[in-house]
Amino acid sequence: MMELLQYEFIRNAIMAGILASISCGIIGVYVVVKRIVFISGGIAHASFGGIGLGYYLGINPILGVLPFSIASALSMGWVSKRSRLPEDTAIGILWAMGMSIGIILVSMTPGYAPDLMTYLFGNILTVPFSDIVLMLVLDAIIILVVYSFYKEFLALCFDEEFATVRGVHAERLYLVLLCLIALTVVVLIRVVGVILVIALLTIPAAMSRQFTSNLKKMMLLSILFGAVFSSGGIWLSYLFDVPSGATIVLVMSVVYLLYSLVKGISS
Amino acid sequence: MNMNADVVVIKDVWVHYDSIPVLEEINLVIKEHDFLGIIGVNGGGKSTLLKVILGLVKPSKGTVTVFGDTPQVSRKYVGYVPQYSLFDLQFPVSVWEVVLTGRLGHTGLFKRYSEEDKKAALDALTEMDMLEYKDRQIGKLSGGQRQRVFIARALAANPKLLLLDEPAAGIDMVMQEEFYELLEKLKTKMAIVLVSHDISAVSVYVDKIACLNHRLYYHDSKELTAEDLEATYHCPVELIAHGVPHRVLKKH
Repeated sequence: MMELLQYEFIRNAIMAGILASISCGIIGVYVVVKRIVFISGGIAHASFGGIGLGYYLGINPILGVLPFSIASALSMGWVSKRSRLPEDTAIGILWAMGMSIGIILVSMTPGYAPDLMTYLFGNILTVPFSDIVLMLVLDAIIILVVYSFYKEFLALCFDEEFATVRGVHAERLYLVLLCLIALTVVVLIRVVGVILVIALLTIPAAMSRQFTSNLKKMMLLSILFGAVFSSGGIWLSYLFDVPSGATIVLVMSVVYLLYSLVKGISS
Repeated sequence: MNMNADVVVIKDVWVHYDSIPVLEEINLVIKEHDFLGIIGVNGGGKSTLLKVILGLVKPSKGTVTVFGDTPQVSRKYVGYVPQYSLFDLQFPVSVWEVVLTGRLGHTGLFKRYSEEDKKAALDALTEMDMLEYKDRQIGKLSGGQRQRVFIARALAANPKLLLLDEPAAGIDMVMQEEFYELLEKLKTKMAIVLVSHDISAVSVYVDKIACLNHRLYYHDSKELTAEDLEATYHCPVELIAHGVPHRVLKKH
């Protein structure tokens, strides 16, 4: 594997993998313990609308995703808390709506849409340096916000009602959490694409949960798992010349399944 | 906080969920050092009444004041022990972290828990006799122990009013007795309101008792009439008091 590191695109890929592991390690833990996997999947898929917007405006699609995913996060959060629709129904509608907007915008863009697949399924081997800078900035924002609101987030996830009684603005804080998920989606799109984002948000966190019952340790362990699996996935995808995003997700899921199997048998 | 004011004053409060009335024409005054048990069938609005006092549910009509102010403002002085069944027991959090969240209203945003917060949490755990379990994950406790932790969490805020929702659920009979003795101790420091569907357990320990089934039947005492019980439970009183009507209700 060492001789691979002489290529710049591999170094960029591994760097992107680590940056992605940091955001999904931290935010994935909240997604898993607060059981908001479905709404996170919704935010990720709806973000495809932002990719369409980027193509349509002729800008870097990632820059289109940023405002669009934040908007989807806020509207999903708002609709799921306030509307009379059942939460999962509301999320399902917005999920499909965001994707549809993306497809229409892409089809309205004159000419051929190059590397559209990259945004749907990710391609970590083609991440430009500018996107790595963006990922770094988003990671910094996520770490800063989680550090500032750590005790409030813990209370919110464990017992939202009690947090409210103790003066936490639970609804506002929940929207902040959803926005952090949106930022994480932006970080992860280059790595695994909108379709597979949910794997990186759940698998490392679900695995780390098996080893510790401390939220901070869970986050650190998730980051470690994410970094190891994504580096392994990059290596395998280079070796066998298969898509990197799907390979990373497969590596993670297979390891997780094997671990669960072994644990199930031994207990 | 106006210390001379009644703890809670509820005047003509109605609550509707989707235009179906859950609470009707509730009038209730809770005074300092009251130890009030509210009994009633499930779905009769007991939890909703507590949530009205906490300001979590807005009445569609009527007024609620807590310590002379709105429920939202006075929450700082109110401890709350929610229903036992609502927790994710696998949640990665320790007893100590849970009790500390009781201090959130005192700490403020962007700050770590202060030494004062930690002392209050420590005192609350000591009072509940749960200090030795402080590093346990919350799911690795018995039902009774977990109940003590949630009371400690409520006490960490040094409340002047403690609200408990079905506190005896999930605790075996021996633990229940211990639990009510614990409340006896606490009532010298604060007003306590507990709601339960279990009339016999509650009525032995509380000082005052009310019946709730959408409407509230309360005489600011431990006396209940047969009519109150009939209206609350919609069945003959004899059935509830195990053939000896009023025995537990009038003995004290």
